[in-house]
Amino acid sequence: MANIKIPRKLFEKEIGKLDERMQNKIAMFGTTLEEFNDREIELEIFPNRPDLLSYQGFKRSFLSFIGKKTGMKKYKINPPEKDYKIIIDSSVKNIRPYTACAIVRKLKFDDEKIKEIIDIQEKLHLTLGRKRKKFGIGIYPLEKIKLPITYKAMEPDKIKFVPLESEKEMSGFQILQRHPTGRKYAHLLAGKTKFPIFIDDKKQIMSMPPIINSQLTGKINEKTKDVFIECSGFDFNLLKKCINIIVTTLADMGGKIYQMDIKYSKKERTPDMTSEKMKLSLENAKKILGIELTSRQAGKLLEKMGYNYKKEIVEIPPWRTDILHEIDLIEDLAIAYGYENFDPEIPNVATIGEESKEEIIKRKISEILTGLGMIETSSYHLTTKESMMKMGLNGKQEKDLIEVEESKTEYSILRKNLAHILLRIFSENKDSEYPQRIFEIGTVFGLNEDDITEKENLSIAITPGNFTDLKQIVDYLFKMLGIDIEIKEPYKFPSYFIEGRVAEIYLDDQSIGSFGEVHPKILKNWKIRTPVALLEIAIEKIFDKLN
Amino acid sequence: MDIKRIIESLSPNERKIIPYLEEDVNNICKKTNLDKTSVKRSLEYLKNKKIIELISKKENIVNVGVNGALYKKKGLPERRLLNLLNEKRIVSLDKAKKESGLSNDEFKVSIGVLKHKAMVELKRGNLILNASKEEISKKMLEEILLEILPIKYEELTSEQMYALKNLQKRKNIVEIKPKKTTEIKLTEIGRKIVESKLKNMNLLEQITPEILKDEKLWRGKKFRRYDITSQVPAIYGGKRHFVNQAIDYGRKVWLEMGFKEMTGTLVQNSFWNFDALFTAQDHPVREIHDTFFINKKGKLPDKKIVDSVKKAHEQGTRGSKGWGYKWNEDEARKLVLRTHTTCLSAQTLAKLKDKDLPAKFFSIGINFRNETVDWNHGFELLQTDGIVVDENANFRNLLGYLKQFAKKMGFEKIRFRPAYFPYTEPSVEGDVWDEERKEWVEYLAAGMFRPEVTEPLLGKSIPVLAWGPGFGRMLMKLFDIKDIRDLYKNDLTQLRKIKFLIK
Repeated sequence: MANIKIPRKLFEKEIGKLDERMQNKIAMFGTTLEEFNDREIELEIFPNRPDLLSYQGFKRSFLSFIGKKTGMKKYKINPPEKDYKIIIDSSVKNIRPYTACAIVRKLKFDDEKIKEIIDIQEKLHLTLGRKRKKFGIGIYPLEKIKLPITYKAMEPDKIKFVPLESEKEMSGFQILQRHPTGRKYAHLLAGKTKFPIFIDDKKQIMSMPPIINSQLTGKINEKTKDVFIECSGFDFNLLKKCINIIVTTLADMGGKIYQMDIKYSKKERTPDMTSEKMKLSLENAKKILGIELTSRQAGKLLEKMGYNYKKEIVEIPPWRTDILHEIDLIEDLAIAYGYENFDPEIPNVATIGEESKEEIIKRKISEILTGLGMIETSSYHLTTKESMMKMGLNGKQEKDLIEVEESKTEYSILRKNLAHILLRIFSENKDSEYPQRIFEIGTVFGLNEDDITEKENLSIAITPGNFTDLKQIVDYLFKMLGIDIEIKEPYKFPSYFIEGRVAEIYLDDQSIGSFGEVHPKILKNWKIRTPVALLEIAIEKIFDKLN
Repeated sequence: MDIKRIIESLSPNERKIIPYLEEDVNNICKKTNLDKTSVKRSLEYLKNKKIIELISKKENIVNVGVNGALYKKKGLPERRLLNLLNEKRIVSLDKAKKESGLSNDEFKVSIGVLKHKAMVELKRGNLILNASKEEISKKMLEEILLEILPIKYEELTSEQMYALKNLQKRKNIVEIKPKKTTEIKLTEIGRKIVESKLKNMNLLEQITPEILKDEKLWRGKKFRRYDITSQVPAIYGGKRHFVNQAIDYGRKVWLEMGFKEMTGTLVQNSFWNFDALFTAQDHPVREIHDTFFINKKGKLPDKKIVDSVKKAHEQGTRGSKGWGYKWNEDEARKLVLRTHTTCLSAQTLAKLKDKDLPAKFFSIGINFRNETVDWNHGFELLQTDGIVVDENANFRNLLGYLKQFAKKMGFEKIRFRPAYFPYTEPSVEGDVWDEERKEWVEYLAAGMFRPEVTEPLLGKSIPVLAWGPGFGRMLMKLFDIKDIRDLYKNDLTQLRKIKFLIK
């Protein structure tokens, strides 16, 4: 999520007083007012509206929303002047094939505006550009460049220039290895035999997108009046939108937009401000929103959202990236109508509620056990390797642990049983009153060849407790469930039990789990000083039996 | 206070003790033949009945240490040396040491002490006695003190104090330990009760089966009065975990609204968790920093569904442009711990038949997020999700359901504002009013599934209303929990004490 910060003074001068009504308006426009104080206002911009990521962009749309300056804003686009040209060398084709460019002149920068420009560039990189994966943006002072510009790819060791925030000339490789920005984004060029560059007519390397600009030709300051802007990447349509977002922002700051000619196999000219048209059926809008609008009303509402509208045809501003479908226009219609103005209504449709059968059975098992005075616990599904190991796993069992990738905590293993969790609870509750009698029902994970399986287990643990105490509980539980079980000498049992004091439970000739006394060597691992009797069974068979 | 009533409430032990209330605890024990614990407990009860006051005092007791006990029997080292000198008057140091039988330390200390008292002199390796017979026979202050120990520190005379200071400089002769003593003081009522000379009132104590068997044993008799205000030891019963109590409550709300429960696995392939919900494959939520991935590949559903989801991403469904990128099947097969229960909604839609409509479904379950843990964040979150699939459903209906749901969950005041989720359009956030903090709090993330979601799953675009309120915040509020880590801490003392959810 990206936020923008606006000086409060500026906001109140150009938009209006930030009173409660205005705060509510901001929320109802779909921008969350995160924080504000006397100095600053912080807004959250949803990821579908990168065009709002600058103050200028926000101001343009919001003024329209509150009824000042509605409809699609028109920008004057000047055709290219002499040499306003980009030559695309075929070498970029398999590396980073496209770029969209523009020139904006007659800017009056100050610190605040430079900050805003760098800010929107960074935010577009992060959101729409997916951390520069989809595109990189460069902004250059025009007076340091000799047009026309060539976009080409070169072997990294032949690329030599002084990158931003550096004093020394570096090669393409050195930038990726040594420059902090280079290191951060090196993965984007990994495996490429050639790196893309912008180079001017004097053969000065201007930048190596999407990594970094040149310190000499790629840094704007408060004296800069005219700028060259490029956005390079893979999806030409996206690049065009991105350039449109930037140049309209600069135009809102007072700049004059000039197009450039780009020579692909086909000639292109950007910025391309041709607006897209999409049909919006009032019938569909009515069906989705449940409100009836006349064409006139719909037009007014869409104009508030910055569109032009005529006879069910909507003209979409060329800087909007989020209109994929008529439904997106319908949402904007709803926003303009005001979410607060909808009359909520529950339709009179009869449906019958139905609870999952398994949930009912799980709840009944819990009721039976709490009736015996036991306490139910509830634990994380992720566990630590350390606590699984305390159960005395062998090499294969350890290998079979299912681990999630790059967990930010020590909890990184999908639990294979509940038993270790109940022992952990005992070991963490040595100060609590005894006897402690607990149980838990929950999902455990297993491996079946390469598939991950999930099943529901029940585990019971009592301390101090012995085999007889637990067997009484088992007998009672299954009697109350009305299920016949057999308790047999175990065919196989978990190694944490004491041999000769562990039993296997069979339901319809199938083992569903075991219970018994826990071996002192395991209790020692957990530093538990009272005898523990433990049970763990799969309850799937119980589900089948009772359904 | 009615003295008679008090007397009737006295337990047998209390009756035994009352005659000796002017003595100390040890004596009471002796005379009543009761153990100290019983006497102390009875004294507490007598205090509650306002018969006595118990004044507890902290005193420091001076007593002999390990060496002190020995010296008390054998005499202080300096006395033993003095006795030797008394016989011989002049003795060489070596000889004195040998014959006195003192250790090195004791010998050195003894000489120091006697020199200090000017009773001996040291000249050319000889010890010379310098004291008169009377002086020798007179007990030293230290000896006097040692004999009378133990003694209360506060009661020491100045001479005893001087001796104590001297002995304290030496190892383990004396020690001072705090001691709590309790003084019993009769109250006005107590005095009257003692004076009344409790006569045998023949009160009935615990009712036993024997007493009940024989009417003579109880008819016409008085029952000893209990102190019904006295504290009894706490007991705790069995209980469902409070999170599960809340889940059951949530489930009840959905059932009352006519919703059918959906369940499903916690491990899901990315296809159901993301792709089927029109979340582009390069969306940040699909990065390892946000989501738990498992280094294995899952199985995709029917080719028909996979192909139409692929198409929705690449070029869009009818009337849509899609995300316009090359969709990768391998990416969709990556296993994740589900990040939302909405993946169950997608699976349900894919199974739904025309004849089942209109239909309403809900799910409640755990979701995962790759997060560090603090009071406000956890990696496992409880979420609930509901969908309404109805040819005639619209946005106003969605708001209607949200309002009703929030109300049933205990939030009367709700406001709706625009929101963004990749898989819904229009999207809405339902904020509820937090009366305590006086502010709107995000509660209900909701919307209508995009056509790019419904068309591939349902085969056509049918309105699906969807909302997925987080459960954790409500849960913490219901049980007054401030730290999210307490939800799954399983502190048994807390679990025993936490209140039942009466909803």
